[in-house]
Amino acid sequence: MHISRSLTVPQAFLDLAQAMICHSDPARFALAYRILWRLQGERHLLDIPTDPDVARARKMEKSVRRDYHKMTAFVRFKEVPQDGPRRAFVAWFEPDHHIVARTAPFFQRRFTDMDWVIATPMGRSAWDGEALRCDDAPADKPDLSDDTDELWRTYFVNIFNPARLKVKMMQTEMPKKYWKNLPEAEMIPGLINGAEQRVREMADRLASDTAPRFNTRLHAKTQAKTHAKIHESVQSRS
Amino acid sequence: MKKTLKQRLAILSDAAKYDASCASSGTSKRDSLKGGLGSTEGSGICHAYAPDGRCISLLKILMTNFCIYDCAYCINRSSSNVERARFTPEEVVWLTLEFYRRNYIEGLFLSSGIIRNSDYTMEQMVRITRDLRVKHGFNGYIHLKTIPEASTKLIEEAGLFADRLSINIELPTDAGFEKFAPQKHPKNIRRSMGELKNAIDDASELTLQTRRKKHFVPAGQSTQMIIGADTASDATILGTSAGLYDRYRLRRVYYSAFSPIPDSSKSLPLIKPPLMREHRLYQADWLYRFYGFEIGEITAGRVDGMLDLQLDPKLSWALENRARFPVDVNKAEREMLLRVPGFGTKTVDAILVARAHKRLGLDDLGRLRVSLKKVKPFVTAASWSPARLIDRVDLRGMFAPPPQQMELL
Repeated sequence: MHISRSLTVPQAFLDLAQAMICHSDPARFALAYRILWRLQGERHLLDIPTDPDVARARKMEKSVRRDYHKMTAFVRFKEVPQDGPRRAFVAWFEPDHHIVARTAPFFQRRFTDMDWVIATPMGRSAWDGEALRCDDAPADKPDLSDDTDELWRTYFVNIFNPARLKVKMMQTEMPKKYWKNLPEAEMIPGLINGAEQRVREMADRLASDTAPRFNTRLHAKTQAKTHAKIHESVQSRS
Repeated sequence: MKKTLKQRLAILSDAAKYDASCASSGTSKRDSLKGGLGSTEGSGICHAYAPDGRCISLLKILMTNFCIYDCAYCINRSSSNVERARFTPEEVVWLTLEFYRRNYIEGLFLSSGIIRNSDYTMEQMVRITRDLRVKHGFNGYIHLKTIPEASTKLIEEAGLFADRLSINIELPTDAGFEKFAPQKHPKNIRRSMGELKNAIDDASELTLQTRRKKHFVPAGQSTQMIIGADTASDATILGTSAGLYDRYRLRRVYYSAFSPIPDSSKSLPLIKPPLMREHRLYQADWLYRFYGFEIGEITAGRVDGMLDLQLDPKLSWALENRARFPVDVNKAEREMLLRVPGFGTKTVDAILVARAHKRLGLDDLGRLRVSLKKVKPFVTAASWSPARLIDRVDLRGMFAPPPQQMELL
C-alpha cells in the first residue's frame, strides 16, 4: 500500500518510541504502532498517563531506562594488554533489553581516553578513540581477569557494616541475575553469614582499658601545653 | 613491617563506613570528549550494593585514620585500639583512577583523621583533589570532607576542585558536643558552614569578564548527624536540620544510626543501630524539603517528640488531621495532593496532567502505580467516596504492622 499523507507526531512520541523499541517484548512494535495511530486523532494521548496503552508503553520505557541505568552501573571493565599509548579494556555484560547501542555514547563520554569493548549476548559496542561502533550480533563471553578486582573486593568487604544487615534492600537494587558478572558478588554470602557473629563479638569485647601509645603521648603534650599556658597567665598576672 | 596497599585499603575503608553519604548526583554536567577521564550526568550511579543495603557509588576512604581528636562515638578516636594506617596522596589518586577505569565507582569521597593539625591535613587532601583534576584530567565526582578549623583559604581552594564539600555536625545539640566531642566546637562548625555558603553564593554570580559562573562546589554542601548516641529527640534533630537547611542552604542532612564500633568507648550505649528511627527521620526530612510540611507539623502530634516507628510520618500526620480529608483528586490543589498518604511528588504531577483531560477514578490511580489500599480512605475520585472510612476508629489498625514477637538476642 502506498502512503502519501505524511504523519506528524509530538516529540514526546519519538522519545517514547525510541525507548520502547529497545524492549525485549515482541509486542512492543504493535503497541508503538497503535499509539502512533491513535495520536492522529487523539493529539493529547501522551498527556494521559492513565490511558491503558500509554500506561503500558510507559512501563516498557521505564523498564528500558532501568536496564540502561543498571548497565551503566554494573559493567565491569578488565584491562587487556595493548600495544601503543592507549590502555585497553574489555567487559562482558548481560542486559535484559536491546540497549547496547543506546548505552554506548555514555561509555564514550566517560571513558574517552581508553579503548574499550563491551560484549553482550545482544551485540557489542566498541570505542578506539576515533569511532564508536555497535552491532547486534550475539557475542561470546570472553575469558577475562584483572588483578585490580582483588582490591575492589577488599573495598567491598570493608565498606560493609555488619550491624546494618539489609539483604532484601541490596537485592532489590542489585538483583541476583547480575551477580555472576560482578567480581565483588562472590563475597556476599560470606559477609551475610558472618555478620551476626561479628556484631556479637563487638558487643562481647568491651573497650580495652589501655589506650594506644600515641594517644598517651598526645595527652601528655596537651597537658604540658595547658600547664605552660596556666604558668604563663600566672606569671603575666604577677 | 609496612602494611601492603591492600591491607591499608582494608583499614581505611573500614574506618570510612560510618559516613552515610554516597551521593554522586546534582553536580555540573561534564564529559571527557575533549580530553581527560570521566563524566557526570546529573543523576548519580550506584555501582554496587553491600549487604547492608547501602549504595556504593564512590570510593569512600580515609586518607589516614590516625587522629588527634578523641570523640567518643568515632571509630578513629585517638584512644581507640583500632589498627592505624595512612595512604600517600599518590596512592589515593592511583586507587581512584584505576577503580574508575574499571567502572567500579563514580568518583572519590575522601575524608581523614586529623594529623598534626587541621591545616596540614586539609592541605594533603586538597593536593589529592588538585592532582586528580589538574594532573590527571579527572572529570568524575569528588566529595571532600573538610577538616574542622581548617583555614578559609584551603577550603576555598578545595571548592575549586570538589563537587561537594561537607563538614559533619555529628551531634544535634551543643550539650552532646560537650559530652562526646569536647575538643570540637559546634560554633566553629557552624561558622565554617556559613563561610562556605557565602563562598558558594559569591561564585554563583556571573563574573563581569566571562559572564560565566565560577566552578565552585557545584553539588553544594552536606552534613551528617549521628542518631541514638545521645538523648536528643526526633523533634530536636529535625529542628536542627531545618535550621541547617534554611541558614546554610545545605543540600542534604544525612542521618546515621549509631552503630556499634570495634573497641567502642564505654560512655556509649552498645545497641543495635536504630535503623527504623533513621528511616523515619529521612522520611520526615523529605516531607520538609519536598512536600511543604513544617517540622512543627510533623512532630506536633507526638508527645515525646519521637516519630511513630510503626507508621510513616505522612500517614501519621494524616491520621492526626482527619478533618483535612478526604481530598478530591480531581479538584484539590497540588499542596493538598502532596499531603495524601501514598502520593509521591511524581504521582501528584501525573494526576495534575491527567485530570486536565479526564475525570480520574481509582482505576486511573491504579495505573499510576499508587497503592489503592493506602490512598482509598483519604481521597474522593470519580465514583469513589470514602466518607465512612475516614471516620473509622480502627483506621490506624489498617496500616500498622501486626505485632511481632521480640527477637531473641
